[in-house]
Amino acid sequence: MSWRPVIEGLREAARLIATGDREVVEITLRSIQTASLATLLATLIGLPLGVAISMRDFRGKRFVKIFFNGLVGIPTVTLGLLLWTLFSRSGPLGFMGLLYTVPGIAVGEAVLIVPIIVSFVVSAIEAKDVQLRDLVKTLGASEMETSIAILREAYAGVSLAIVSGFNRAFAELGIAMMLGANIRGLTRVLTTTIALQKDMGEIGLSFALSFILLLVIMSLNFVMGLLRRED
Amino acid sequence: MAVHNGPPERLKRYVRTNTSYWEGIEIARIAGVNLRQRNIIIFAAVAIIGLAAAGWYMMRPNPKEHLIVSTTTSLYETGLLDVLKARFEAKYPAYNVSFISQGTGLAIETAKRGDADMILVHAPNSELGFLESGYGVNRKIIAYNFFIIVGPESDPAEISGLGPVETLLKIAKEGSKGNALWVSRGDNSGTHSKEKSLWEDTGLDLEELKVQKIEGSGSPWYIEAGAGMTATLQLADQKDAYTLADVGTFLKNSKTGNIQLVKVVDSGKETINIYSAIACNPEKNSGVKFDGAMVFIKFLVSDEVQELLEDFGEEEYDSTLFEPWVKTLKANSDAELIGWVEEYAYFEGSECPTKHRYKSADLYG
Repeated sequence: MSWRPVIEGLREAARLIATGDREVVEITLRSIQTASLATLLATLIGLPLGVAISMRDFRGKRFVKIFFNGLVGIPTVTLGLLLWTLFSRSGPLGFMGLLYTVPGIAVGEAVLIVPIIVSFVVSAIEAKDVQLRDLVKTLGASEMETSIAILREAYAGVSLAIVSGFNRAFAELGIAMMLGANIRGLTRVLTTTIALQKDMGEIGLSFALSFILLLVIMSLNFVMGLLRRED
Repeated sequence: MAVHNGPPERLKRYVRTNTSYWEGIEIARIAGVNLRQRNIIIFAAVAIIGLAAAGWYMMRPNPKEHLIVSTTTSLYETGLLDVLKARFEAKYPAYNVSFISQGTGLAIETAKRGDADMILVHAPNSELGFLESGYGVNRKIIAYNFFIIVGPESDPAEISGLGPVETLLKIAKEGSKGNALWVSRGDNSGTHSKEKSLWEDTGLDLEELKVQKIEGSGSPWYIEAGAGMTATLQLADQKDAYTLADVGTFLKNSKTGNIQLVKVVDSGKETINIYSAIACNPEKNSGVKFDGAMVFIKFLVSDEVQELLEDFGEEEYDSTLFEPWVKTLKANSDAELIGWVEEYAYFEGSECPTKHRYKSADLYG
């Protein structure tokens, strides 16, 4: 096995970035948009859910936590297949017109990362002092205020949860492929392009796009890491 | 200073540094946010960018009718469809056309579900099923070319010079002895269904061949890839195996140096490969854009596209990839070939029996 494709890929990635190749820029931006939208949706659902699960005591709490932990490992193809059936024009949610659209992929990826955000938020909050919670309550805080204070304390863990969600949405292939079908100029994102180019035998370009994908993920995590350390 | 009783130092510090904290929380609560200012700004920025992007995506003006064509990987990977898209959209500015490339089996399934407006495939048997189910109407044969059998240059099964059916018989014989490997697409694509019908012609039982082991070893000689054409060719190349391929994808991969396989069996009656377009029946799925699909089908059979098909690939691969069927039929110069197409891809003596036509107007001349 020669290293030629990897080296070619690096060179091609550098060229594509340097020249600002229109299609590559468009695909990269679409990937970022899709994953951002998915992360936003998932955070709106997952954050309150995670707080509620960790702050309240209820029957079956352990089971609920195990359930969400398990869902973290759901295969994207399975989820993609299920959502494809639902979103199809003849499917139960077909009227929403989500199939083969960017919002459609984003909704699918949001479903994928909600369990990640819930699980991470729960463990971030539970890692904080139980006494802290009691103290804040003793100071006369309402439940809402207690949640806010705890979230504020668990900021590092919560932001990690959200960033992990984004990473997963940004780098997954199964859902983007099944719900988006890799339509040029419409639903083509980085991961589906990488898969397509590999299938078309363009190994160098596949590597180039992979490097761009890694670059985006690394930059984001770098920035978030710096922000976290200042705390 | 040591604290022996009471809350830990950390908690005391927490309370000490947060005396005005509840006021801050109150303001934040009214504003509807709950994190420290700097973080609030960051999250707000991300949220606004995300929402704006989503909003732009959903709201951007798109007065064009969006046509979705469900098609096969072998057509897509040659680059022909990108050329057709550009030409079509330039000629008919009212339309936007997108291609979803899948194996023929899935392409038809997608169309049946109402998620495409027409199909462009190459598997006459599946096409007949699609028409008979009522989901497909107005079939038109667009183009043809030939499948080829490719294999390693050393030709371990000594196939060179044989016809397609004899080739498969020989591969099966040599395969079980460990002298040859065969890779099947195994993905219900048009190429796969062609392969199955060729095996049928040999009289051998394919299900039996699939589980046959190489003598003195536990591994099969019949390998199912479950992948697209290029991926299958790459697999065959890595394993020095034989496989069935469409000319276009084979030439493209040879040209780029992706594979070292060579053509061992050339065109013939049994290996003809016929591409057809079928519109989706709007009476089965109401969301289907039937009129747009008809415009596209008429475009495909127009002189302009037929000429384009004839020349496509000449520049890039030094060989044409497709033969225009409508043009061939009009010229009526190759009786043998027309006979092959009629035998292999006509139903009840027609490319589309009248009962499977729907508002076809002048499509069938």
